[in-house]
Amino acid sequence: MSGQTVPADFSGHMLDLDEDEDLEVFSKNTSLADGSPMPNSPSSMVNQYRLEEEEQQDADAQDIFITVDNPESHVTAIETFIMYRVATKTTRGEFDSSEYDVRRRYQDFLWLRSKLEENHPTLIVHPLPEKFVMKGMVERFNHDFIDTRRKALHRFLNKISVHPILSNSQHFKVFLTAQELLSHKKQGPGFLSRMGETVRAVANSVRGLRSRPEEFTVMQDYVEDFSSKICSVDKVTQRIIKEQREYFDELKLYSPTYAQWAESEEELAAPLNGVASCVERCSKESEEQIQHLSEVLVPALHEYVLCTETLKAVMRRRDNIQAEFEAKNEALASRRAHQEALQDEVDGLADRVELSNKALKGDWSRWQNGMRSDLKSAFLSTAEKNVDCYEQCLAVWESFLLSQRVEPGEQRDGEDAS
Amino acid sequence: MMMADSGSIEGVAVIGNTDITSTEAENNLINTMVERGTTLLRKMEMNVTEAEKRTGKNTVNMQETYTVYLIETRPAETLPEGGTPATPDTLWRRYSEFELLRTYLLVTYPYIIIPPLPEKRAEFVWHKMSADNLDPDFVERRRVGLENFLLRVASHPVLSNDKIFFLFLTEEKEWREVVLETGFQDKFDSRLKSLSAMFRVKNPDKRFTALKLYSDELNSVISQLLRVRAKVADRLYGVYKVHGNYGRVFSEWSAIEKEMGDGLQSAGHHMDTYAASIDDILEEEEHYADQLKEYLFYTDAVRSVCRKHELMQYELEMVAQDLVQKKQQKEELVTGTVRVFSLKGMTSKLFGQESQEQRESRLAALEQSIREGEETLKEKNTECQEFVRTAWEDIERFKEQKDRDLREALISYAIMQISMCKKGIQVWSNAKECFNKM
Repeated sequence: MSGQTVPADFSGHMLDLDEDEDLEVFSKNTSLADGSPMPNSPSSMVNQYRLEEEEQQDADAQDIFITVDNPESHVTAIETFIMYRVATKTTRGEFDSSEYDVRRRYQDFLWLRSKLEENHPTLIVHPLPEKFVMKGMVERFNHDFIDTRRKALHRFLNKISVHPILSNSQHFKVFLTAQELLSHKKQGPGFLSRMGETVRAVANSVRGLRSRPEEFTVMQDYVEDFSSKICSVDKVTQRIIKEQREYFDELKLYSPTYAQWAESEEELAAPLNGVASCVERCSKESEEQIQHLSEVLVPALHEYVLCTETLKAVMRRRDNIQAEFEAKNEALASRRAHQEALQDEVDGLADRVELSNKALKGDWSRWQNGMRSDLKSAFLSTAEKNVDCYEQCLAVWESFLLSQRVEPGEQRDGEDAS
Repeated sequence: MMMADSGSIEGVAVIGNTDITSTEAENNLINTMVERGTTLLRKMEMNVTEAEKRTGKNTVNMQETYTVYLIETRPAETLPEGGTPATPDTLWRRYSEFELLRTYLLVTYPYIIIPPLPEKRAEFVWHKMSADNLDPDFVERRRVGLENFLLRVASHPVLSNDKIFFLFLTEEKEWREVVLETGFQDKFDSRLKSLSAMFRVKNPDKRFTALKLYSDELNSVISQLLRVRAKVADRLYGVYKVHGNYGRVFSEWSAIEKEMGDGLQSAGHHMDTYAASIDDILEEEEHYADQLKEYLFYTDAVRSVCRKHELMQYELEMVAQDLVQKKQQKEELVTGTVRVFSLKGMTSKLFGQESQEQRESRLAALEQSIREGEETLKEKNTECQEFVRTAWEDIERFKEQKDRDLREALISYAIMQISMCKKGIQVWSNAKECFNKM
């Protein structure tokens, strides 16, 4: 064992591992150091089985409301960064007050999320927006980038707040309420334990799983497929935006040409100007379409692209937990001495496997429903916007047509408008 | 049979009908176009119905592939009850023959804005469209353009009476000889030379100057419009087609989903429909582009009339100037003063006076020349005035036609846009229903 300092409230598991050379030195403790219900406690088990019902209840009786807004530049001697205001209103008993107002930076969100993942390795924690977008060479302090990030951070916190287990996390509470987050950040297993997980994961993948339950293999396959599909949809959407932008750019030259022509005409001036203004209006609609796609569909798709990474990680962690148990179990079979202690450990690990699996299963259907609902709503909104844009253009052209029909002089034989 | 009637067709038109008053002329114009049609159109229906590829040896004895177009004509009489329409007379013409006809008309009726032919080569194409002359879509659009040309000529109050035009529609083999026999080629060559020559008119007719300016502006703005439209079409094509990818991906995705599967799958089908719809939309828009192109080419014809007038005006001024010079010379000769430098004058000063006889004969010759000059001037003046009068008649007719036609074109463009919007609304409403079922 290294000289790592371990907080007192860690469970005793870690100390038992000294004697087994095969296993990692640093243990990944599945129990929670933050005081919230442990995964192996009866109440949390009950929580998991109640997921579906609670979702309903959450929708009807949401008791916490969080907003992320007001990004402000924060300058220190070493760096410049953005601070966001995180405002909370709640009626939950665990909170001392009903309103909180704190300032957080992106790093703080990263901390929160990593804590949540640490403590709930087989729950699906909603992803955060990416660290830095190289694509498109967006500056970190570009207005659009900040606003996009702010909205994603807002969504992140709200996703956590409606999660039956995660929203009760102590870290979550601290994140929302503490004026000064720095002191809280220093607690808990840090970098070393994370590294431990990675090293152990590698070792386990070398060893391989004995037998993954069928349902998780199905899940794994789905995750692979979903990942490739959602990435494709994302790419197609980006491509549509690109094409639409190029279309819009060409349209900008189109309307003025009609107007220019109108200047050298007499009788034709009115219809030409009419067409010019119709084209201009349609090009505005096109611009709005692009904006809507960028603000609604793209972020939704993008979040689920990021989700696939989370899902893969969750599957890996679940596999690791099972692998750890299997390893210990095998060791038990071949050991003569310390059978009892080892048996206890193996039993503990077996429980851990069972609970992790249950947690994942429960969260899985929750995640699927969330995904379906989020993407359905994004696609619906896109379709509605497109209908709306076409309707605006239709109205404009129809009124032009009407203005031309009213022209005195020629009598037309019942030409259709369609 | 149509041919039997050819004797009653009026001969080659003279320059305008000087008997009609201006109001009657105006009425005739309107009536001609909208209600009764020209004499020719009242007697005869014409269509360009087919196109065919031919191969043959050209003038330098090389094999070439070209397209011929079928011209169908039939008498435009009302049918008896239960009667079948008469079988049309047909003949084949290739594009170069149309060009020959048009050149003939240009030379024979210099004061008329001659309707243009469809383009020789595809221009203002957007990327999907072919620029190949043998491409079936191009050939089809050219067929329509050639029919339009014939109808334009046939509905023109002056051109429709032309015998050569009539023969073009009815005499397949002999026509070429007959055209060349008119000798218009000679006029054409000399005209062509003078048209490209640079010359300055001292007193330009303001109306023609304004018209030429307008024609140049129109040419430039329609060119730009066609260019931009082609680019816009190209981009719009891209937008629609990319949506087709949604169709493919949604279909694949639906296979791994349970609840979402059906909604995604059917939404995907609508995306495919959306992507496919752009082909028809843009094909229709090509007709609009063709209507604009016709007027783009018309501007060349307008410019040509203006130039011909300029040439005429210039020649008139030259004749007048010449006459003035001669008169001055005469005056000098009579009074003995030298106001204008002349070689004869100088030599006679240097080498001695000429005899009285010589002087008198020179005077006589000059007076003859002056008389001839005055005759020429009078003729040219009349010619010029006639040109101006008949040209402006046609220009006014053209302006009204242009305003009418282009307004209709803009209206039909609006109708196309409306149709496109309605299709879009339908597809996305359907897609929305599918997403709702997700």
